[in-house]
Amino acid sequence: MNRPFRKTSAGLEEPRGRKHPGAAWLAGPYLLWALAFTVIPLVLIFWFGFTNADNQFTWSNLTSIGDPDNLKALALALLLATAATILCLLLAYPIALILAGLKSGSSALIAMLFILPMWMNFLLRTIAWQNLLENNGVINTILKFFHLPAMTLINTPGAVILGMVYNFLPFMILPIYTVLSKIDREVVMAARDLGAGPWQTFARITLPLSKPGVISGITMVFVPSLTTFVITDLLGGGKIQLIGNTIEQEFVQGSSWHVGSGLSIVLMIFVIASMALIAKYDPDSSGAVIGGQR
Amino acid sequence: MSDKLISIKNISKSFDEIPVLEKLNLYIRENEFLTLLGPSGCGKTTLLRILGGFEEPDTGRILFEGKDITALAPNKRPLNTVFQKDTLFYHMSVADNIAFGLKIKGKSKTYIQDRVHYALHLVGLDGFGERFPDSLSGGQAQRIQIARAIVNEPKVLLLDEPLSALDLKLRQDMQYELIRLKEELGITFIYVTHDQEEALTMSDTIVVMNGGRIQQIGTPEDIYNEPQNAFVADFIGDGNIFDAIMIKDKLVRLLGAEFECVDTGFGEMNPVDVIIRPEDVEIVSPEQGTITGVVTSVIFKGVHYEMDILAHNYHWTAHSTKMAPEGETVGIRIDPFNIQVMNKPIREDQETLVNE
Repeated sequence: MNRPFRKTSAGLEEPRGRKHPGAAWLAGPYLLWALAFTVIPLVLIFWFGFTNADNQFTWSNLTSIGDPDNLKALALALLLATAATILCLLLAYPIALILAGLKSGSSALIAMLFILPMWMNFLLRTIAWQNLLENNGVINTILKFFHLPAMTLINTPGAVILGMVYNFLPFMILPIYTVLSKIDREVVMAARDLGAGPWQTFARITLPLSKPGVISGITMVFVPSLTTFVITDLLGGGKIQLIGNTIEQEFVQGSSWHVGSGLSIVLMIFVIASMALIAKYDPDSSGAVIGGQR
Repeated sequence: MSDKLISIKNISKSFDEIPVLEKLNLYIRENEFLTLLGPSGCGKTTLLRILGGFEEPDTGRILFEGKDITALAPNKRPLNTVFQKDTLFYHMSVADNIAFGLKIKGKSKTYIQDRVHYALHLVGLDGFGERFPDSLSGGQAQRIQIARAIVNEPKVLLLDEPLSALDLKLRQDMQYELIRLKEELGITFIYVTHDQEEALTMSDTIVVMNGGRIQQIGTPEDIYNEPQNAFVADFIGDGNIFDAIMIKDKLVRLLGAEFECVDTGFGEMNPVDVIIRPEDVEIVSPEQGTITGVVTSVIFKGVHYEMDILAHNYHWTAHSTKMAPEGETVGIRIDPFNIQVMNKPIREDQETLVNE
C-alpha cells in the first residue's frame, strides 16, 4: 500500500549514513533479550518436544495430538477461537467505522472508552465476568429479583467466547480504525463522483482498502483466543477443555514437559498455518501486485 | 457556445460561521473552458465541490440544463471530478480504476474494454491498463484520474487544481494536453486554479474570485488588459498600481503628473486606481518622458530586462528588451491606450493583495 517515494540525490547524504564504529553494540541488549527470552525457550521447547524422559529422540509427543481427548480440545479451541474472532470482527468494524468518521477530538475520547478496560489487569477483568455470570452471580440475582428463571451462564462455551471477545475486542478495533482513518476522504469522494452509491462505495472501496487492518485484527484476536487457558479456567470452570488447558496441565500438574512441549509445537504449526491461510487471501501481502499479476 | 448549461444562483456557504461564498451568481455555457481563479481561501474549491455535490450550499440553487440539482447526491450528477490529490483506487489495476464508473452503471464487458482502451489512448497511456497505481508517476496518475472521469462521458468535467502537484515542465505540457482533450471531447471544463498563467493559457472564460465573491468575469484578454479593480489587476500578471485622481475624461493625475488616457465616465476629480503593465512602461530620454526617474536595478530575465525605476517616490517595474544601465536618469512615457483606470474598491475584498 505504500506510495513510492521518488528518490532524489540519495547519494549526497553519505556522511550521515556512515556507521559509527560502536553502533553495532547498540543492538547488543536486544540480541541478549531475544536470545534469553525467545531463542533459548524455543530451543528448549523443541528439545523437550522431540525427546522422551530418557532424552531419546521420539515423535510420540507430537503424535499425542492424535489422542481423542487432545484432538477434541484442539478442535474445540479452533471452533471457539474462530467464533470469537468472527464476533469481534462484526462488533469492531462498525465501531471502527464510526470512530474514523468522527472529528479527531471526539474520536480520541471514544477510542479511549474502548481502550480503558485494557488498563486493568486481564485476570481481574475475567474474574469480574466470573462474578457476573456465576449461578449466584450478579446477572442471576437480578433475574431472580424480577422473578425470572435463572440461567446457566458460567461454564458454557458461550461464556468462554464472551471472555475472549471482551478481552480481545480492542485488538480488533485498533488496527481497523487505524487503517480506516488513513483512507483519504477524497478517495471516497471520487468513488461517489464516479456514480457509486454509499453502499457500493463501502463494498468496493472502503472495505477492500481496510483489508490490511482486518487481517492484523484477525491475527491479534485469533492467536491469543486459540492458545488461551486463563479464560477457559475462569469462565469454563474445568468443563471446557481447550488445547491451551491441556498444555497448561501437562506443564503445571507435572504430567510431562515432553508431551506439553510436543503439543505446543503442534499448536504453533496450526497458528502458522492459519496465518498462511489468511495471507493467501490477501493479495497485497504477496507483493506480486506491480507486475500486472492479479 | 451560447446555451447556458449550468446556472449558479445566489449560492452562499459558510464554514463555522465564516462565510466562504457570498450570494454568488454565475452561468456556464456549453462547451466552455471556464476557470475559477483566485488566491487560496477565495472559495473557488468550495464552489467546485458544491457543483460536484460534495458540499451543500446554505442558500441558493444549482440548475443543470434548467433542472434543479442542488439536492442531488454526487453519484446522480451528470458531471465528474478530477481531484487535486491522487485519488486512484490503489487496490485496483489502472484498467479497473478507469472501468469503475462503467461497472457501477452495469455496462457490458466488451463495451467497458473498448472505452478503457479509448480513454487510455486519449490520455496517451496506451498499454498501462494492467499496471497498478503505485507504479505510476505523478503526471501519469493525474492522466489516469482524467481518463477515469471522462470514460463516463460526463457533460461537464470539474478539475480541482489537477496540475498543482506536478513540476513546471510537466505542468506546461499537461496544459496543452488538457486543451487538446477538451477539443476532442467537446465537453465543458470547469477548472479551478490559483495559477494565473495556467488560467490565461487554457481558458475561454476566467472567473476571478476573492473573499467569496466574483471580482471579474471575462476572456483572458479582458482580464489581463481591462482589469475591473485593483485586486484583479494585481492578481493577474505584474503591474504598477497607483492611487490616482481622474481629472476629467481622458486625463488622469498620478504621482503628481498628468497622463493622457482613453478612459471616460469616471467623473471629474474622482479618486481612482490605475494599473500600468511593466511591458507598457516605455523608457525614453529624460526630455521625452512625462516623468523622469533613476534606474535602481536591472535583472536579465531571458526575453527581456526587468528594471526598477525610482520616479516620484514610486518604484516602477518596467520590462523592456532594451536595457538602461543602473544609475541612469531616464524618462517614462506611457501610451494613453495602456493606462487602465479602475474604480476604487467599494468592498475590502477588492483591495490589492499588496495592501494586506
